[in-house]
Formats: sequence, structure tokens, C-alpha cells
Amino acid sequence: MDFNELIKQTRGRRSLLQAMGAAAIGISFGGLAACSKGEGKKLANGEEAKLNFYNWDTYIGETTLDDFKEASGVEVKMDLFDSNDVLFAKFKAGNPGYDVIVPSNDFVERMAQADMLQALDHGAIPNMKNIDPTFIDVDYDQGRKFSMPYTWLALGIGYRKSKVKAKPDSWKVLFDSPEYAGRIAWLSEAGDMFRLYGKYLGKSVNALTPADIATIEAMMIKQKPNVKNFHVDDGQDLLLKGDIDLVLEYNGDIAQAMTEDDNIDFIVPNEGSQLNSDNLCIPKGAPHPKNAHAFINYLLDGEVGKKITETILYPTPNAAAKALMPDSYKNNPVIYPPADVLAKCEYAKFNPTLQPLYEEAFTRVRAA
Amino acid sequence: MAEQDWKTSKRTFAAVSLPTLFWVVVFFLIPMAIVWLYSFGENRGLTEIEFSGTLENYKRATEWLYLTIFGKSFAVAALVTLICLIVGFPVAMAITFASEKWRPWLLLGIMLPFWTNLLIRTYALMMLLGTQGFANKGMGALWEGTSWIKTLVGLQPLPTWEPVQLLFNNFAVVFGLVYVHLPFMVLPLYAALDRLDRSLIEASLDLGAGHFRTIMRIVVPLAAPGIIAGVMITLIPALGAYLTPDLMGGTDSQMIANVIERQFKKANDWPFGAALSFLLIYAMFILIAIQSMRKKVPEVR
Repeated sequence: MDFNELIKQTRGRRSLLQAMGAAAIGISFGGLAACSKGEGKKLANGEEAKLNFYNWDTYIGETTLDDFKEASGVEVKMDLFDSNDVLFAKFKAGNPGYDVIVPSNDFVERMAQADMLQALDHGAIPNMKNIDPTFIDVDYDQGRKFSMPYTWLALGIGYRKSKVKAKPDSWKVLFDSPEYAGRIAWLSEAGDMFRLYGKYLGKSVNALTPADIATIEAMMIKQKPNVKNFHVDDGQDLLLKGDIDLVLEYNGDIAQAMTEDDNIDFIVPNEGSQLNSDNLCIPKGAPHPKNAHAFINYLLDGEVGKKITETILYPTPNAAAKALMPDSYKNNPVIYPPADVLAKCEYAKFNPTLQPLYEEAFTRVRAA
Repeated sequence: MAEQDWKTSKRTFAAVSLPTLFWVVVFFLIPMAIVWLYSFGENRGLTEIEFSGTLENYKRATEWLYLTIFGKSFAVAALVTLICLIVGFPVAMAITFASEKWRPWLLLGIMLPFWTNLLIRTYALMMLLGTQGFANKGMGALWEGTSWIKTLVGLQPLPTWEPVQLLFNNFAVVFGLVYVHLPFMVLPLYAALDRLDRSLIEASLDLGAGHFRTIMRIVVPLAAPGIIAGVMITLIPALGAYLTPDLMGGTDSQMIANVIERQFKKANDWPFGAALSFLLIYAMFILIAIQSMRKKVPEVR
């Protein structure tokens, strides 16, 4: 299948929900309790044939859920969330009835610390063998006790080719230069912004100190007049509409915009960037833990993973699925940034002491 | 019909008010009380909040940084309310004086936007105001037209059209909030104006007052309860707006509600967010108290 055809059918996982945002956030509040009862059809494992899945938008293959029902008899009810913060805030008061959730790496750490996640039974997930070994012993979940990797993504600069003088291959154009004044949009995530500034200053995203935060805050306030907007993860739309020409965004979101407009490109700057990874987890209090294990195992199957990846077009940590994908996907520099740059990218650790400092400093930047 | 004192039929009163009372207590007072308690609490770990009775959250919430944000939010909300009043008053007058046949349709027109989700309306506005949006395209076309006419009569053409910056600044926030809150102003104004005795207006005109004077001296004072209700109903939600500044604002358009939202979600600092919320609620109480004290004055007279 032609790669562009393939990518055209997709949207970014965070984009549509932004458009439907508040409405969609409310969708999943009720209803779960009601539907977890229902007809008492039991499976061989002793659970009813149901599963409640809490996922990002456009983050599953087109037929995956139907295929799973055919294979296992379990009907999956999928609700959508649009930020890790919403996910966390919702679970703070107890599991509202979900069996499988998809938090990002730092939130896997955070939710595990908050005792919200169930340890996975690796024996029930034989397809774990399909996962690229580099994704097994990760800092945020050593040995994958609580989570299975689903996708990964990188932050970088999306830009309109005709409006830049040279490839914006340094964070400088966004963070420390009036060159593109009034045509820049930042991400409105305080933590991501401070960590990426740290990258620009040659520091590790996980080694920032309060002194660094003060330095970065001053730099941000200096750069702020050149920035047009702090976008709520809808940067690809702003870029498409021509409101701005350079934007801090995730690679998958820009890859999707590129299919609609070939004047758009994406680059991970030379200083390196921050990576994220979304992971399948089973929250504590899940009503159908056995089905949940079966579902996670199913999603990690090579063929199933291939179908999901064809739809969502994010980098996949599933080696078996990646091997089945066409070269146009595997060699796409937007989806898989070059290895030398990737080597300089890091995953952000969850840091409970710095997070409020980031937020307060960013509030000051906005107020300045 | 004479007004009945509730004391004369306590049982009926209790039966009628019980469901409402239950609703208010269970779904409003109790949750609010919990949030109020949070505001005196401290985070213990990631999910636990200890009610330690600390005033630290309020101390932090009254720091200069947050006071300036409060001040700015009040200023924006007040400006929005003022514009809504200036725009909404003539609209309410027009609806009042429209013929019986037209009035329901005009009212429907005012209420129609409520049928659409706020978020969808905001996105529609963004489409309109963007650099490549319809507003800019329209103005660009007019500009080109003027330029063309000037060349026709032998004058220098205008310089090329530069799109106006309509989105991602404070103007956009005020514009968006006025758009969203206008019905809140028009409806109470209409309700007040509709009850107005028209013969008073006729008398004023007959006795030689001009139209403007009649409006200012007769209509406005008689519609005062509606105006005050409209101002309150507009000001309070405008003060708590967070979606519009988030989506349409620029880098310096944050309002206090945005800060509060971030405390509950990203910063995971519920106690501090609760303290900020309650400062806002106290401020609104004061506003309402001032209003009810003002209302006493004419009764004394």
C-alpha cells in the first residue's frame, strides 16, 4: 500500500480530542458501572465477556477491537482521554471501572508510585517476546512489571518549508532567537518546555535544578514576545492553517499534517529531544483482569500490531510488527528520526518535587 | 393573588422544597465543603491530601503573582460585561418592541447558539479570526477592491494587504467571551424590559423628553434589576472562563481559571487549586453582597 494513502486516513492521537475536548472528557463519566453488569455470559476464564479500555483518540487499528471480539468473544468498550493529567485525576478517586489504560512513560511511574497499577502476569502475555529488547528494561518500569510498551514518540519542530531560511535544526530558533518572531508556537506543557530548554542548554532532561529553572524562566520571558501562542497540542492544525510557521510538536502529529500539505516538514533538533512512550497497563480494581491480560497479549501480536501501526503511524516498539511494515514506513525520517539524533534523546522521569516548580515558573512566564 | 407566608403551610413547603434542598446539599454543599477543606490541606504523596489546617495555600494564593492574575481576570471580565451590556441593551429593546409574531423567533435566535457546544463555537470563531480566516480574507478582498478602484480613477494603488492579527491575543479573548456571554446579558434584560409599562415611555415622549433622554431617565432605571441580574450572570462566568483564554488567547492571556485548572490537572496540587478557587468564590460573595446592599436603598426611600 502506498505510504501516503495509508497515512491519509489517520489523525494524531491527541488532535481530534482537542477538537472535541471538553465534550469528550465528559463522555466516559457515567455508564461504566451500568454496562459492567449486563448478561451473565461467562468465558472459560470465569470472567464475563467484557472489557473496558481507556485509550487515546485514533490510537487503535480500524478493526482491532472487532477482530479481538471474533478471536476471543470479549466485547471491548473503548472510552477516550486526551491527556495524562485527566487520566491521573480520574484515577485519583479510585478506578472508575477500566481494565486497560494507556498512560505515557512518566505517568506509568507516577501511577505505579501512587499504587494505581496492577503487576502484570508475564506468563499470560507470551507476545512480550515481540517487543524490541531495548524497550524491556526501561527506567520508568524496570523489567516491565506494570506496563507493556504500545508506541513511542518524539518532540521536535514542525515547520512550513517555504517560510524558513534554513532547516530549523536547533532549538535556538524556537527558544532563543527573534529570527521567526510572531510565527512560533510552543507547547503549553510546563514540564516539557522546561526540559527541552534544558536540552538546548546541553543538560539532561532529568538533571534540572531549581537554579536551572530560574535561568530558563528568564530565557522564556525574554523569548516570549516572539512567540505567538502556547498551543494545547493542536500545533499541527495551527501549522496547516498558516497561523504560525514553526511549532513544537510530536512527530506523529506532524507526519499526519504532512499528508495534507507537502510544504510541511519535521525535524528533531541536533541538541536532542525528549521521547515519550505510551504503555498498556492494568489499573488496580480492574473488573476483568484476565480479559485485560488477553487483550494486551493480543495487541502485542505481530500481525495485530502491524494493522494498528498502519492506522496510527506512530513508531512502534513491537519488533515483530515493525518487521512486517513496508519500507516507506520504516525509513520515514519523521516517524523514525535519524539514529545520531535519537541517541541524544531521553525519556523524562517523573519528578514530584520539580513538577510544581515547573508549573509555577510557567505561570510566571505567562503572567510576565 | 395574595402572597402566602410559608409559615402558614409548613408541610406543603417542606414537601415542595425537599427535593431541591436534597439536591443542593448533596451535589453542591457537600462537594464544595470538601474542596473548601482541601484548601486547608497539604499533599501527602501523590494521591493523599491531609487536612492539616494550614494557611500556607492561602498565603501562596495571595502572592503578588496570583493577585495580578486575579486583577487581570477581573479587568477582562468587567470589560466583557460592559461590552455585553452596551451591545445587549439595544438588542433586548429591539426584541421587546418587535411585533408579537417576530418575538419568539428573535428570542430563538438569541438562544440558538446554546444548542451548540461551547467548544465547537470557540473553534468556529477561531476559523473565522485566523490569519487565513474568513475575517481576514474578507477584509483582504475589500482592500484589493479599494485598491483597484483607486487605480481606476488614476490614483496610486494601496500597498499590499497584510493580514490583521485577530487571534491569539487579548482582543481575541475579549471578543470570544463577549460572543459566548451575550445571551446571558440579553435574556435578563429582555425579561426586565418586557414588564416595563409602555405608557411611561409614551408619557415621557409626550412631555417633551427626547428619545435618548427617555431611555436614560425612564427605561434604564426601570430596567435596573434586569441590568444588575444581567451584569452578575455575565460577570461571574466570564471570571471563571478558561476554555476561551486557553484556545484563543496569546502568550499572556491566562486568566485565573486557567491557573486553577492547571493546579488540579498538571500540577496535581489540589489544595492550592482549592485555595485559589475559594479566593475567587469569596470575591464573588463580596460582589453579590454589595449588590444586595445596594438594592436596599430604594426600598428605604
